[in-house]
Amino acid sequence: MREAEAIGKPIKEASQGYQLRVVQEVLLALLAKEPSHGYQLRARLQLALGPLAEALNAGQVYVTLNRLEKAGLVTSERVGQVDRPDRKVYELTAAGSARVAEWLEDTSWPKPAPAEFHLKLVAAAAAGLADPVRLVDAQRHELLAGLAAAQRAALAEPNESTAGLLLEGVVLRLQADLRWLEACAGYWTATKGRS
Amino acid sequence: MNANESLSRVGPVMRTRGLEKEYGQGEGLVRALDGVDLEVASGETLAVMGPSGCGKSTLLHLLGGLERPSAGEVWLAGRRIDELSEKALARLRRHAIGFVFQAFHLMDELTAVENVEVPALLAGHSPRAARRRAAELLEQVGLTDRAKHLPSALSGGERQRVAIARALSNEPLVVLADEPTGNLDSAATLDVLRLLDSLRSAGQTLLIVTHDSRIAATADRLISMRDGAFVEETRLTRGSSGGLGELAGLEG
Repeated sequence: MREAEAIGKPIKEASQGYQLRVVQEVLLALLAKEPSHGYQLRARLQLALGPLAEALNAGQVYVTLNRLEKAGLVTSERVGQVDRPDRKVYELTAAGSARVAEWLEDTSWPKPAPAEFHLKLVAAAAAGLADPVRLVDAQRHELLAGLAAAQRAALAEPNESTAGLLLEGVVLRLQADLRWLEACAGYWTATKGRS
Repeated sequence: MNANESLSRVGPVMRTRGLEKEYGQGEGLVRALDGVDLEVASGETLAVMGPSGCGKSTLLHLLGGLERPSAGEVWLAGRRIDELSEKALARLRRHAIGFVFQAFHLMDELTAVENVEVPALLAGHSPRAARRRAAELLEQVGLTDRAKHLPSALSGGERQRVAIARALSNEPLVVLADEPTGNLDSAATLDVLRLLDSLRSAGQTLLIVTHDSRIAATADRLISMRDGAFVEETRLTRGSSGGLGELAGLEG
């Protein structure tokens, strides 16, 4: 699960941009209402993601649309434009619609995985490799930096912003993780006192 | 004499040396603060975080002259305040410090604008000047249209914004806030965070005691407390958003 790894890794700069995991499903769903072209689809993604869209790989939408066409989930038609190259308008196929319906019904959820960090603390304490409280503090520091970035981005969004809602999700999740780390710090501090 | 004029703005606005506070005695002795050294620079937003009972509220009370330390010193703008007389301390609290509390502490029978006027009236300003100042402050916190409402007719977030306006009335050297978002839902918290951020941009010195990590994350500096002492200090850098995509689960 990616989230679990992300918590433990130092926050890195996105150079190539992220590949949006569910981009296939998202593009198909956006096409469910009416046929559209790549530029329009990309603009809608950008609106939904706000400042997070900057991290997206710019070409991913076009590459994915090509793949979806090869897989028979969309069809495309070239439409001529005055003074500009033709553009491709994509339309959902029956197989594409079925895929969208499946995605909407799917309730799988990216799980946070505290087990990994928990076991790291247990192992570090048992082997005397490192002070678990120090590991917790380092982790807290890392999550706080992430929370700071997310919170500032949220503050910069206007009220009622769709992307603001996404940032709120990031903030609340990090807050929950930080609360758990507080509990870890309490437990391992007390353990040190007893030994 | 205006207390603020006699206070120097050179050096840290607020400073403590070896601050200690004990409650009770004998078997029941509780050491709430155990040797705290602190410096708050002018214009800085400092967050103090820690679990309940770690001593963070005690620290705020000592800094604001609401309680006296068992040992150690508290300095405000170059002047030692922990040895002042009750009368001098009360005057200092009125003129140089703005307080914001979790439970708002507004007067229920006064309207929003009347609540905000109180500090200016206590400081000896004319009713007209106090009203003008209160109207300005309510505008600053975005509540001009709520000026004539009683606190009971305001939402939690609006009440806290009124309380913040009141805290700013006498242009305090420092605003001390104790869990300012403790009673607020997520949306109201965001409003208060926006307001605190605008105060920070305007150069207001702020010290916020909280267990809300989202406030802490927007401070310039974060101090973590455990068992009456500082255990960690973090300087939070601004402007980096490199990891946001990963945190939001965007990467594939």
